[in-house]
Amino acid sequence: MKESVNQPVNHPKDKPWLMRTYSGYASASESNRLYRSNLSKGQTGLSIAFDLPTQTGYDSDHVLARGEVGKLGVPMRNIEDMETLFDGIPIEKMNTSMTINAPTAWLLALYLSTAEKQGADISMLRGTTQNDILKEYLSRGTYIFPPQPSMRLTAETISFTVNRIPNWNPINICSYHLQETGATPVQEIAFTMANAITVLDTVRSVGDIKPEVFPEVVGRISFFLNAGIRFIEEMCKVRVFTKMWDDICRTRYGVADPKLRRFRYGVQVNSLGLTDQQPENNIARIIYEFLGVVLSKNARARSVQLPAWNEALGLPRKWDQQWSLRLQQIMAFETDLLEYGDIFEGSTVISKKEVELEEAARAELDKIMEMGGAITALETGYMKRSLVESNARRLCAIETGDRTVVGINQFKESEPSLLVQGMEDSFLTVDESVEIEQLVLLEEFKKQRNKDKAMASLDKLKEALFKKENIMDASLACARNGVTTGEWSDALRAVFGEYRAPTGISGVITGDASGEKTLAVNQKVRNIGLALGRNIKMLVGKPGLDGHSNGAEQVAVKARDVGMDVVYEGIRMTPEQIAESAMQEGAHVVGLSILSGSHLKLVPEVIRAMRERGLENVPVVLGGIIPKADYEKMDQNIIRRVYAPKDYDLNKIMDEIANIVAEANGIDLTK
Amino acid sequence: MKHHISISDVLLGNKMAVARALNFLENRRPEEIGRVSELIEQLSRNPRPGRHIIGITGPPGVGKSSLISRMIGEYRNQNQTIGVISVDPSSRKSGGALLGDRARINWDPTDPGVFIRSMAAGRHLGGLAWRTRHLMTVFEAAYDVILLETVGVGQSETEIDEVVDTVVFVVQPGSGDSLQFMKAGIMEIPHILVINKADQKALAQKALNDLEAVKSLGWMDKSGWQPGIVMTSALEGWGQEELLTRLKAHQDHLISSDDNQRRRHNRISWILLLYRERFGSFGMETLGGEENILRLIEQVDIGNPFYGLCRLTEKLRDTLRSSNSGIIHERT
Repeated sequence: MKESVNQPVNHPKDKPWLMRTYSGYASASESNRLYRSNLSKGQTGLSIAFDLPTQTGYDSDHVLARGEVGKLGVPMRNIEDMETLFDGIPIEKMNTSMTINAPTAWLLALYLSTAEKQGADISMLRGTTQNDILKEYLSRGTYIFPPQPSMRLTAETISFTVNRIPNWNPINICSYHLQETGATPVQEIAFTMANAITVLDTVRSVGDIKPEVFPEVVGRISFFLNAGIRFIEEMCKVRVFTKMWDDICRTRYGVADPKLRRFRYGVQVNSLGLTDQQPENNIARIIYEFLGVVLSKNARARSVQLPAWNEALGLPRKWDQQWSLRLQQIMAFETDLLEYGDIFEGSTVISKKEVELEEAARAELDKIMEMGGAITALETGYMKRSLVESNARRLCAIETGDRTVVGINQFKESEPSLLVQGMEDSFLTVDESVEIEQLVLLEEFKKQRNKDKAMASLDKLKEALFKKENIMDASLACARNGVTTGEWSDALRAVFGEYRAPTGISGVITGDASGEKTLAVNQKVRNIGLALGRNIKMLVGKPGLDGHSNGAEQVAVKARDVGMDVVYEGIRMTPEQIAESAMQEGAHVVGLSILSGSHLKLVPEVIRAMRERGLENVPVVLGGIIPKADYEKMDQNIIRRVYAPKDYDLNKIMDEIANIVAEANGIDLTK
Repeated sequence: MKHHISISDVLLGNKMAVARALNFLENRRPEEIGRVSELIEQLSRNPRPGRHIIGITGPPGVGKSSLISRMIGEYRNQNQTIGVISVDPSSRKSGGALLGDRARINWDPTDPGVFIRSMAAGRHLGGLAWRTRHLMTVFEAAYDVILLETVGVGQSETEIDEVVDTVVFVVQPGSGDSLQFMKAGIMEIPHILVINKADQKALAQKALNDLEAVKSLGWMDKSGWQPGIVMTSALEGWGQEELLTRLKAHQDHLISSDDNQRRRHNRISWILLLYRERFGSFGMETLGGEENILRLIEQVDIGNPFYGLCRLTEKLRDTLRSSNSGIIHERT
């Protein structure tokens, strides 16, 4: 806080934040080509997105991987894939960021083994592993093991890197995904702080870290935040984050060096509030959200990535991404923002808001700590339920008009948008043949490797697991000896078990159940129930590995509020499981939610599995980003309706679903 | 018109047939009562001989579903088939329900020996749903072991006790309420008490000591069964074998000492419930109150509860005629 407000305008400018773009590609060789082309243009950092099977610890040939291989990132099954990815790229010189969580130890092992092969000095490597498991249970969905052992893995990778790769950022704690799930600023702060405390407490209790090094561990923790449209409040949020973190580091962990207590964070601004309707308006939203995290110097983000204006419509093109990058460059280089100290110092309005947020966040954090900390609050479903409730309230406020969203519930009339014309065909799509190629490569690899050696190192890994030793060394040996991602993860599954996170929907209280529209749909649902002889029963299913469950959760809760009996089993179900549940439960209608883009693969499989069980007359509705051309390829006698994220009017959706059930059962609603 | 369910397929445990039978029996339209009665007649004349009906109850959050998950695995290891009915409360406002238990149970869609059905309690009080008993007849005909899961503490256990052979009450360490209820006699004593999450060692030991203390006050039901206490950890996956051993012991106890009285009693209470559902307090009063009606049911064939209901209906008609109280408006 040395800087004062009264700096001369010609004061040397502050260094701007890092401007990032995030992207993922189909295969290791394809991505390698792209990385090399970017590097030749002067880029120094790499950001790797892995495909969903890799993130959830499956090889490409696992049943759950169907339709997901290479979709949202690189498939990474073994050391050969990693070597291909870094072919001709000197790892030693790279700063590599990996979006990986549950199997962080494994991907890090693959990365380090590849670096070793290249002759690099491991201790000099730089990079970041996301390694934040808590938000996976709450939002992103790529968890594998139960929370306790997952925390142990996190702690082990942290102590390994602190001791052996001192410049590595072992964990990037994310509140980003919590906001995408509907978290309020208070929840964001409290949940994230509780998460960070759990991580550090675990490292302290199980890690092999000397007490005098512990402040260094604290200093290596970084954060990844989100910024929403209420940008004044968001700015106050990041200021409170900064203040509370400093406080926790000092009081709980006794960190004396202020540099190690700094709240280091990167930001991606909110995608949740972007709209399909009049999508050009999103540019304004992105700029205001961005303002919230750069305006205040004392709490300024260290790196920022902005979404593309048309993200809600499909995968953005290069030009769309360039536009977002230009917004940052204008802010940093054209405006005078970086010429001043913190412009809010001394503002009574801002500090009042800060106090308000901080008090509420501290109260919430205390509540969680009293429950027993982040893991208990997670396992009991408290955290997830709170988020589902917040999101339900947000949607309800938009529906009732209490919260204005331009182009959605206000100022809806629009000239035809000149920007979206002809856009449908120009979107990037992933070629379906990618999956087959990857299966062949995997099979080849398994044939070529020394199987005995691979199995022997797997046994060593299991031994380390049982003895509760740090598994990094055993994992490195596995990587070198040709173990695959699926095999490594299975070894851990056998010891830790698999986890199904609370869905958060049971016991959710919504304020909306007595709205006029809701009551009207409720009456219809009751009438249909009387005619059917039992309540309408709806099964909400999320097939595949996609963990984005907001839509499914909100549909499930709303269906309950209009009087349906709802079965929702959470994420990551196979088509067989969904069809089997629909049969065992006697569902009248099935709602599927698929946001990973795998609908053309998964939907027909669900339909086939339902047919095999005699459910050909049970209608299905589909939610997700489904291009019209794709819908036309589906069996429309069964897939009765498709809903996009822009269909925010849940009462209307429920009314239509009730009509579909009535029609499928020969019920005449006019009688 | 006859119902369209293949009884032989249900008896073989064909899942599609089981599902169809369940959907049909859940149907509450009055015009279906004849066919529903017919199906129940056929099913309840053909139950699996060695079936064991187990109720799992306890406060929310103690890990009942994860425990059931482990029990399913264990029963499948013993080659027993298993049907699960899981009852969740309904929203009083909308009448809808979120049926979330299935999400917490691990099951394999290709396993022909496991069937899980969720039910919403609707406006029915007592912890079960209106049609739980109906659906049980399907499971009793199709599976070796039937698990009935309900949420509740205190009052709502009474009803589960009238439906199952063995009541298992699940608690977790550190929650004293259930123990207090039991000590105070508010809650019925279950046949088996499970301390789940016993991986929390110190707390679990304390809970065990508390329970042993209550037990020493003299627990024993009228059939002479001494409730047992089992520690389990659904998380770490131990204790379920012991639980199954205890369950078997109680089943054996019922066979050797109870002479089927418990099931007979349960059947009678079902008939009483059907009667009450149909004729309400008016019907109850006309036939001289609950005790009197129970005596009447004792005298009729209870193989099919709907026959029992018919006999009571006739009795009601006779009573009304003889007491010349006028016209009866039978509720349909």
